[in-house]
Amino acid sequence: MAEILKRNKALAVNPLKASQPMGATLAFLGINRAIPMLHGSQGCSAFGKVFFVRHFREPIPLQTTAMDQVSTVMNADENVIEGLRAVAEKSSPALIGLPTTGLSEMQGTDIKRLVKQFYAAYPEFAHIHVVPVNTPDFIGCLESGYALAVKAVIETLLSASAPSTASGGGLGRGTVGRRHKQVNVLAGSFLTPGDIEHVVELIEAFGLRPLVLPDIADSLDGHLSEMETSPLTLGGTPVSEICSMGDSVATLVLGNSLFNAADVLKELTGVPDYRFDCMMGLDAVDSFVAKLAKISGKPVPSKIERQRAQLQDAMVDSHFMLGFARVAIAADPDLLFGFARLVTEMGCEVVAAVAPARANILQSVCAAQVAIGDLEDLEIAAKAHGAQLIISNSHAAETARRLEIPLLRAGFPQYDLIGGYQRLWVGYRGTRQTLFDLANMMVEHGCHEIEPYVSVYRRVKGNGGRDETSAAVG
Amino acid sequence: MQARDIAELLNEPACTHNTKSKSGCARPKPGATAGGCSFDGAQIALLPIADVAHIVHGPIACAGSSWDNRGTRSSGPTLYRIGMTTDLTEQDVIMGRGEKRLFHAIKQAVDSYSPAAVFVYNTCVPALIGDDISAVCKAAAEKCGVPVVPVDCAGFYGTKNLGNRIAGEAMFKYVVGTGEPLPVPVEAQCPGITVHDVNLIGEYNIAGEFWNVLPLFDELGLRILCTLSGDARFHDVQTMHRAQANMVVCAKALLNVARRLQTGYSIPFFEGSFYGVTDTSMAFRDFARLLNDESLTERTEAVIAREEAKINLALDPWREKLRGKRVLLYTGGVKSWSIVSALQDLGLIVVATGTNKSTEEDKARIREIMGDKTRMITDGSPKALLGVVKEYQADILIAGGRNMYTALKAKVPFLDINQEREFGYEGYSGMIELARQLALTLQSPVWQAVRSPAPWAKQVSAGIELAGDE
Repeated sequence: MAEILKRNKALAVNPLKASQPMGATLAFLGINRAIPMLHGSQGCSAFGKVFFVRHFREPIPLQTTAMDQVSTVMNADENVIEGLRAVAEKSSPALIGLPTTGLSEMQGTDIKRLVKQFYAAYPEFAHIHVVPVNTPDFIGCLESGYALAVKAVIETLLSASAPSTASGGGLGRGTVGRRHKQVNVLAGSFLTPGDIEHVVELIEAFGLRPLVLPDIADSLDGHLSEMETSPLTLGGTPVSEICSMGDSVATLVLGNSLFNAADVLKELTGVPDYRFDCMMGLDAVDSFVAKLAKISGKPVPSKIERQRAQLQDAMVDSHFMLGFARVAIAADPDLLFGFARLVTEMGCEVVAAVAPARANILQSVCAAQVAIGDLEDLEIAAKAHGAQLIISNSHAAETARRLEIPLLRAGFPQYDLIGGYQRLWVGYRGTRQTLFDLANMMVEHGCHEIEPYVSVYRRVKGNGGRDETSAAVG
Repeated sequence: MQARDIAELLNEPACTHNTKSKSGCARPKPGATAGGCSFDGAQIALLPIADVAHIVHGPIACAGSSWDNRGTRSSGPTLYRIGMTTDLTEQDVIMGRGEKRLFHAIKQAVDSYSPAAVFVYNTCVPALIGDDISAVCKAAAEKCGVPVVPVDCAGFYGTKNLGNRIAGEAMFKYVVGTGEPLPVPVEAQCPGITVHDVNLIGEYNIAGEFWNVLPLFDELGLRILCTLSGDARFHDVQTMHRAQANMVVCAKALLNVARRLQTGYSIPFFEGSFYGVTDTSMAFRDFARLLNDESLTERTEAVIAREEAKINLALDPWREKLRGKRVLLYTGGVKSWSIVSALQDLGLIVVATGTNKSTEEDKARIREIMGDKTRMITDGSPKALLGVVKEYQADILIAGGRNMYTALKAKVPFLDINQEREFGYEGYSGMIELARQLALTLQSPVWQAVRSPAPWAKQVSAGIELAGDE
């Protein structure tokens, strides 16, 4: 069990953390024809937009309630209602995500009441789902904000009071398994669009039909389409599908951070669920694949057997480079857990582990200690323990440069790596590529060569001593 | 910050917008607003000061999504690239520990990084709690023996533009005039040349582009005391009051600094730009005019003649490739015309330009340069921009990075002109890079490839048809 080191300094230097509103935004971006609107100052959204535009290299729909000085001091209720009306009227979205920010939480907004007030004032927009979620940035991190938003989507769309229930959304325990091939997938924030694509392939290989929430693989995978512009998400989980989650035979929960949301889904629908902490490494993928076989009642397809065998081969090949390698990892809790477990299974040692915020899973991270902190903490620990490579986001590039060790970019944000947003990490295939990349980094930056030693008897200056010879050659 | 202080900042007599209804100062509309907040504006204006520890006082959202985000370059210290924030937690907020954390944070920054000064940026949450950041900064400065400058720029105060002004105001109030320039080194002096001290205000050295121009300043005997704020040092800002002339580069944002230097220290200023051959030459002429030194005027003309001849020769092959291509320019303020002259120098036709943040004066210059036929665009929504591209048969969209994916999704060539870009276009030699980047995207074979339908598709019109790309 890892020891959790509390934050022990006043100043965060080179922050690792991205905020809860960012996480909530990401979750809403995985829903079709949706738009998130942050309840805060316009800067909250402007920064968030740039953050995701640079990461995904995609246009990002994101609005703001634009709190200014007057509304901040007096009352910003009207901003929310007016903002919802403007967005609903202009773009008629299927869903509006409404995360709060530090500013509006500090002011004391009652975001759920405001949504009710909006529906009362504008009954013509009753068909548009508005999902309020409390995500102040002085708690948690991107991962927890994402999880809160997923939970809020489930609560809002699947609880009895949801507007669509009347039209027969198929709720309640009576409908479990009505769609006997449909499997719910709650996808954690550590999954890239490439990861989700692969998870979908795995599930489909068993003749099942995955219903992914949220599905950023469908909205943020980066594809050119006929549609030139859209004020809303293009792709993602359709709202109508979310409403049918109660008809599925099972729910697969990917990521410890989503376990709370899974509790709510199970409570509301009665669909049995199966939970997975991570999706990297032989054991983790094995248990996932085994569960698919059980749910579908079908044998594991030979294609997947083959991928498993390929991974095993890669493990054998790369263990020479990765054994005893000292690794430093800084990431949101689920991703940190996943990488730490993967590299430990390969014989590496995690000498520095940093997470931006607390989470239950951190105790189980394969490392002696996990610090709640920033990239400065990572740098200090990595240096102290002679780390040989870093796994973290693009911000750690400078850290890696200073330490003169390689960086494997993972997590948010990745603004200096083309295609980083879609990289496949999970499954047998993703794991295999990760092992290759880590091993190659070790080979390229390896310092296992023995320093040349010149005998004391040959170090004489002049008369053709070794120093002079080598100097002449060099 | 008090409401009256904000009102005062919004009143900028040197700005031609001032007497008009202030579009940039209007209240933002909920659900229909783009653009940054005051914190954004203040941080962007000052962050390039390289040897300062920039501390963002607030919870994580403000620094967390914005640090290490600007293409500005330093020739020396890299402290400005280290992200620092007090990362306030719920406990800090509830227990009122924000001020205490800030004080210790400043001390920690000074102890670990020995900065020339510390700038503290206030944000929404501490502003709402009522943290007295000026008092903390004062106390910390005394304790640490390093200047600590409060920049009270909570996001809800207003727009990015207001934030720029708040930054300028903070510099003027706390920094300018607190230091003296060093004497001109003997080895840098040339017989017969009087060295004049000048400032550049609103020059951010994006991608190091100002280094294209700086050697010419040296050659002419113009010593730059401070570029506010590209590649600047804290001490440079302290000495700004000793300049003999100021140039406001490509921005209304820090106009208040120029105006205050004029009224407070009688330093004349002019507005100019280093984009394009014409404007670069103009800027040097303006300096010579304000400094009123006959020898300088003569030498300036000689340098301009030499550089223009050189660059025109170098640009000729590029002009061949670019002549007649149609451009839609969507950018703010001064750039709406300053870039135009650069593009025209290259033989491109600017069919429309954005004037959302431009002043009446800017618009008059646009008409002067481009004729009455030019379309002025105020609606910058993706849909509207693409509509204009189609209507005017533009070959390329030139705009800020946030519009990049608007263009690319519509399969339209694009050039990034704003702060996040990675290429420097200033000065005579910057024109070569500009031409290269334009040709690179305009001539790229990818456009043809992505616009054509799959071979098995019967009838698909992929993307919009653009003129002149066949």
